[in-house]
Amino acid sequence: MTSFIGYGADPGIRLIEWLPWLAAIAAFFLLPDYLSLGARVLTYILFALSLDLILGYAGIITLGHSAFFGIGAYVAGILSAKLGVIDPVLLLVAAAVMAGAFGVASGAVILRTHGLTQLMLTLAIAVVCLEIAHKATPITGGADGLSGVTIAPVFGAFRFDLFGKTAYVWCLTVLFASWWLTRRIIYSPFGAALAGIRENRVRMHAIGVPVYRRLLTAYTISAMMAGTAGALLAETNQFVGLNVLGFEPSGELMVMLILGGVGRLYGAFVGPLVYLIAQDFLAKQFPEYWYFGIGLMLVVVVLFARGGILGLVDKLVARWRKQN
Amino acid sequence: MTPVLETRNLCKSFGALVVAENMNFCLEVGARRALIGPNGAGKTTFINMLTGLLAPSSGQVLLGGEDITRLAQEARVKRGIGRTFQINTLFRDMSMLDNVALGVAERQGVARRLWRAASHHHQVREEAMALLDTLGLADDAGTRVVDLPYGKQRLVEIAIALGLKPRVLLLDEPAAGVPSLESGMILQVLDRLPEEIAILIIEHDMDVVFRFARCITVLVDGRVLCEGSPAEIASDARVQRVYLGEQHE
Amino acid sequence: MEAFLPSVVSIAFHGVAYGMILYVISVGLSVTMGLMGFVNLAHGAFAMAGGYVLTSAISRLGLAFPLALPLAFIVVAAVSVLLERWLYSRLYEAGELEQVLFTIGLIFMAVATAQVVFGMLQQPVLLPEYLKGRVSLLGREFPLYRLFLIVASGAIIAALWFGVERTLWGAMVRAAVDNRTMAQSIGINTRRLFTVTFALGSGLAGLGGALGAEIIAIQPTYPFEHLAYFLIVVAVGGLGSLRGPFAAALLIGVSDTACKYWVPEFGAFFIYVATILILLWRPAGLFGTRV
Repeated sequence: MTSFIGYGADPGIRLIEWLPWLAAIAAFFLLPDYLSLGARVLTYILFALSLDLILGYAGIITLGHSAFFGIGAYVAGILSAKLGVIDPVLLLVAAAVMAGAFGVASGAVILRTHGLTQLMLTLAIAVVCLEIAHKATPITGGADGLSGVTIAPVFGAFRFDLFGKTAYVWCLTVLFASWWLTRRIIYSPFGAALAGIRENRVRMHAIGVPVYRRLLTAYTISAMMAGTAGALLAETNQFVGLNVLGFEPSGELMVMLILGGVGRLYGAFVGPLVYLIAQDFLAKQFPEYWYFGIGLMLVVVVLFARGGILGLVDKLVARWRKQN
Repeated sequence: MTPVLETRNLCKSFGALVVAENMNFCLEVGARRALIGPNGAGKTTFINMLTGLLAPSSGQVLLGGEDITRLAQEARVKRGIGRTFQINTLFRDMSMLDNVALGVAERQGVARRLWRAASHHHQVREEAMALLDTLGLADDAGTRVVDLPYGKQRLVEIAIALGLKPRVLLLDEPAAGVPSLESGMILQVLDRLPEEIAILIIEHDMDVVFRFARCITVLVDGRVLCEGSPAEIASDARVQRVYLGEQHE
Repeated sequence: MEAFLPSVVSIAFHGVAYGMILYVISVGLSVTMGLMGFVNLAHGAFAMAGGYVLTSAISRLGLAFPLALPLAFIVVAAVSVLLERWLYSRLYEAGELEQVLFTIGLIFMAVATAQVVFGMLQQPVLLPEYLKGRVSLLGREFPLYRLFLIVASGAIIAALWFGVERTLWGAMVRAAVDNRTMAQSIGINTRRLFTVTFALGSGLAGLGGALGAEIIAIQPTYPFEHLAYFLIVVAVGGLGSLRGPFAAALLIGVSDTACKYWVPEFGAFFIYVATILILLWRPAGLFGTRV
C-alpha cells in the first residue's frame, strides 16, 4: 500500500506497529511449549519480509527466492560443521554476505529480462542450486542433510537450549533488527523509487531513473535478508536439509506472503504465522487435504481477496468506520 | 538563434517500412514549436528517438551541441530532455505529490538514499509542492492520481516532466482525450510554461496548435514537408492537400 | 569407440521419442502464453490428468488402448473448457503475479486430488500386446512402443501444424497472437477463439501425457516435477511460436537423454545451466521474436 510510503508519509512508528512485538514477547512467557515452532515462525517471517521487499514493493516475480535462503543455511551449516566456525553472529554475517554476493551475480542477469524469461531464469537458478547441494555430498551431506552443526552461545552467554528459549529470543532479536532496517528502506526515497518502478516502469525511465541499478540494489538487500533467515534456520535447527532449496520452498514462501498480504510489510508477519501454525496442526493429520486447502486458498485469495488477510482486515475496518 | 536540440539526417526503418527519412530538425532556446501531420506520419516515433526510447537506424541527435545519439534514456533526462506521454503514463496508485517528487528527487540526486525517510527530504517536497502550486494543483497534492478527473491527470503528465527542469520539453498530445470544458485548463498551463524552455508539441487539435505555436513543422510519411509560421502553414497549398486527404504527388 | 556409435544411435532414438512427447505436451502452453499472455504454470496438471484417464480407462474400465488415447484428449479438453470459462477467463486482464499464484494454486489442488484418488504410487501402463515387442533398427533393438510414440507424435504434430497454417481457425489464431486488438476489430470473436485454443492446447497436453505415460511416469507430483521442463521448452523455443518449441523440445529430449546416459550423477544439471545460458544469450528464446 503505497499510500503509506513516499514523500507525503509520516515515517514515525505507529502504536499498532508495536503490537506484533508485544504479542511475540507475550508468547514467550505464555506458550513455553511452542517456542521451537515460534522460532521457526520468526525465521520464516524474516524470509517472507525479504520476499515482500522485491515482490511487494519492487514488483519482481521470482520462483526461486529459496536459492538465497538455502545458500544462507548451507553457508552457516558448512562453516560450523566442516570448518569449526561456531559464533552465531559471525555465521549470520557470513551467510548474509555470501547470499548477497550471489544476489548481485544472479540479479545482474535476471533483472535484464522480464516476463516468462525472468520467471524461467529464477526457477532454473533455484533448481541448479538444489542440484549442486544434492550432488556435492562430501560438503553438503547430500540427500541425508548436513548434520553436526554446533553453535556457540549467543554473545558467549546464552546457550541454545532444548526448549528453544534462546533460539526464540535470538530469532526475535534478528527479526526486529531486520524489520527496522526494512522499514527505513521502504520509507526512504529509495523505497519510493521501488514502488514507482512497480507502478510504472516506463515512466521511471522517462524521468531519468536508472531502473536496473535500483532493482539490483533491492534484489541484493533482499538476498542478504533471505540468507540471514536461512542461517537462522541452520543455527536453531542445528541441521540443514535439501528442503530449503528448489521450487517448493519458494512456492511455499509465496503462499505465506500472499496469504498475509503482499506489499504491506506486516503481511509478511501474518502469513507465515497463520500458515505454519495451521501446518503444524493440520498437515500431519490430513496431508492431502492440507495441500488441497493451500491450493484452494491461493485460488480464492487471487480471485476474491487480493490483499490477503490484512487486506480483508482493512476492508472490515473501513466498513466498521463507515457505519459508525 | 542558438539551437538547443538538433537532429541530423535522422532515419528509422522497421524492415522495409520507413518511418523517418533524413530528418533535419532544429529547436532553438525558448522555442514554441508544433509538430503536426496526419496519423502515421511518424510524430511519436520521432519523439521516441529524441528521448532514447527508440534507437535511430542512422543519423544523429544533438543536445546543446553534444552528440547524444547513443545515450540511454536516463542520461538524456539528466542532460535536460523531458517528455510527456500521449496516453497517461502515471503512477496511478500514488499521490500527485509522489508522482512529481519521484522525478524531483532523482534530479536532486537523493533518490537512491535508503536511510532517511522520503518525507524528511524537505527540499524535494517543497520543490514538488511549489511546482504543483504554479500549476494550480496544490489542493490535490495528497490525492491519488487514479482518483483525479482525467483533465487533471493530463496536467500531472506535464507536472512530472516539469519537475525534471528540462531544457527541452516534448509534449505528446497534451490535450488528447480531454473534454473541451477542461481543455482550457491545459491551454492555460501551456501558456505559462517557463519562457526559457524549448518546447515541441505534437497535437491534433488545431486550435491548440495555432494558439500555442510560433512555428510549425509538418511531417508526412516520415519526412519534413514544410516548416514555417502558423500563418504560412495555414496558407500552404501542400499542407492543405495533405489535410484535405488528397494524395500528394 | 565401438560402443560409442551404437549408444549415440540409442540416445538419438530415445531422445527424439522423449522430445516429441515434450513438444506435444508443451505446445499448448506456448500458444496460450503467446495468444492470451497467460502464464499457466498448471499446464502439467492437464498432462497428468490425461495420463490418469488413460491408465484408469484401461485398467478399471477395460477400454482398449486405441480408444483410451482419444478419450484422454476429450476428457481433458472438456474439463479445461470449464476451467477456462469459470476461472482462467477472470484473470486475463490481471497481472502476471496473480496468474502465477492462481495456477500454482491449481497445481496444489491437482496434486492433492491425484493423491486422494490414485494414491502416491506411479500408475502402471498396460500396453496392448501388439505394441510390446522390440524392433531392430541400425543394428540395435528398440522397444516397439517408442517407435509407435515417435510415429504417433509425428502424426499429431503434422496435423496440428497443418491446422494452424492452413485452416481458417489457424489463421485467426495467428492473427490474434500477432495483434489481438486488430483481430478483434476485424470481427474475430477472440473470446471463443481463446476457449477453443485453450481446450485444444490442454487436450493435446492430456494426449501427450497419456501417450508418454510410459516415459514420464504418471504420479501425483507430476505437475511440479516436470513444470520446469515444460517451461524450458516454451521459453527456449520462443513464445507464441509453433516450430521454435519443437526444436527446443527435441534439443532437450536428446540432451537430457544423453546426460542421463553419460553423466547420470549430474542429472538435469546441464539442462538447467544450458537453459540459463541460452536465455542470457537470447532472452526471447532461440526462435522467438519478442520477450
